[in-house]
Amino acid sequence: MMERGFLAKSVEQLKPSGIRRFFDLASKMENVISLGVGEPDFVTPWNVIEASYHSLEQGYTAYTANAGLLELRQQISKYLNVNYKMDYNPENQVIVTVGASQAIDITLRAILNPGEEVIVVEPCFVSYAPAVTLAGGVPVTVSAEADNEFKIRPEQIQEVITDKTKAIILCSPNNPTGTVLLKEDLEEIAAVIKENNLLLLSDEIYAELSYDDNFVSPASLEGMSERTIVISGFSKAFAMTGWRLGYACGPEDIIAAMTKIHQYTIMCAPTMAQHGALEALQNGEDSVREMKTSYRQRRNFVVKALNDMGLSCHLPGGAFYVFPSIQATGLSSEQFAESLLQEEKVAVVPGNVFGESGEGYIRCSYATSLKQLDESMKRISRFVHKFS
Amino acid sequence: MEQKELELLKLLERNGRLETEKIAQMIELSTEEVVAMIEKLEAEHAIIGYSTLVNWSNVLEYEGVTAMIDVKVTPVRGVGFDKIASRIYRFPEVKAVYLMSGAYDLSISVEGKTMMEISRFVSDKLSTLDTVISTTTHFVLKKYKHDGIIFDDDDDTDKRIMVSP
Repeated sequence: MMERGFLAKSVEQLKPSGIRRFFDLASKMENVISLGVGEPDFVTPWNVIEASYHSLEQGYTAYTANAGLLELRQQISKYLNVNYKMDYNPENQVIVTVGASQAIDITLRAILNPGEEVIVVEPCFVSYAPAVTLAGGVPVTVSAEADNEFKIRPEQIQEVITDKTKAIILCSPNNPTGTVLLKEDLEEIAAVIKENNLLLLSDEIYAELSYDDNFVSPASLEGMSERTIVISGFSKAFAMTGWRLGYACGPEDIIAAMTKIHQYTIMCAPTMAQHGALEALQNGEDSVREMKTSYRQRRNFVVKALNDMGLSCHLPGGAFYVFPSIQATGLSSEQFAESLLQEEKVAVVPGNVFGESGEGYIRCSYATSLKQLDESMKRISRFVHKFS
Repeated sequence: MEQKELELLKLLERNGRLETEKIAQMIELSTEEVVAMIEKLEAEHAIIGYSTLVNWSNVLEYEGVTAMIDVKVTPVRGVGFDKIASRIYRFPEVKAVYLMSGAYDLSISVEGKTMMEISRFVSDKLSTLDTVISTTTHFVLKKYKHDGIIFDDDDDTDKRIMVSP
């Protein structure tokens, strides 16, 4: 089409996500086993669906308060307090959003002046850097390295801090690596953040899915709650991705600024979903525990299978991804993923789409049935052995 | 009971045919350890058998009916309900026997080829037992879910998009 100049430069210059290409490739093929899915394989627990039905039957079809149902914000506050020792006032420190993604977007828009920098720790979820750009900021990437189990070292953060640095985005348990930052890791990072007067966006969407150690939020560390915005939601732990319901908690002034953007752009998160989420927090514990056990068992199965076939990977502490090295095959991440898809009909996501340091790795989601996992491991093994 | 034994039991309860090697990987034990654990649980009668859940209504050649029967009985001094329960559960057509709280005492599930066969069992064998006071028979018309498994759940297609961030 002719260049008409209708589009914003910032959007035009934004690269489409590398995941998109694999989606297009895989979707055209049949009988593909996909380990490329970034969401639970469980359907939302029935009590949650039922509660949402019920709310519709009762006629709860109108807007809620901008920040979300107060009852839901109270439950979120209580939930974070009981489980993770965080302390947020539901009246003015919690906002319910359309997925954690919207929470990230409005946080960045609420804090960034044009040209201010945000440190993005890669490999990471594909949306962070574009969200920073769209909010007028400049993403500055740093690479967590494989030899440190994809944990970022505090000195790496220190190295990229300039007088324009405003914030840093961390995600633990991590998508795509599954790495969990422990309390001692977080304390070291927190020291750098405090010393340089930065804000922390802590993406905790996989918090419940920590298998080996209890999840620790950086917001619960001393002196951090006033400079941390906790981003979370219902998608992963409660298997509610399609409901699009997340939340953010943080300092009153930042939440107020976010609510201002939210009220002008979204109004409020969907009411029926909020009623479902309320049920999820009140009575969802058993379902979450059961799903978590199932993920952990599948994680163990997949990690063993991958290491046995020569694709070395560390045992990731959380989320539902493993991030094995494919360097032994001599292929690039993209070549590996593409050939594997063509030859064995298994879809994985090449690690480089999550950042430079993901090159040489692939992301496999184990949120799929054991039967499918077993078959996919056989196929990947057959594929890998062509290179040894 | 230790955590891993519970995990093993839950896995086997859901799928009795799950391979030992897979279980071992999933709960982070060696295959030998899992074999030993299963033997131990069998010896302790925590595992009392392995069966297959069949949806007989999908087997054309099979004809059969199931009835749930509420039974009121007079408990006997010294043995309570156990003696009458054992008199009942020894009949091969009786598939399950539970002692219940509430309006009646024993709930039993009986399978037979025809309704006639079950009514004969009730009138000839069950109600004539010494301590049985009354019986109420309910025939099962359709099984929707049994032992945690939904029978007609044919729509188990993956509704997720194939690749997502």
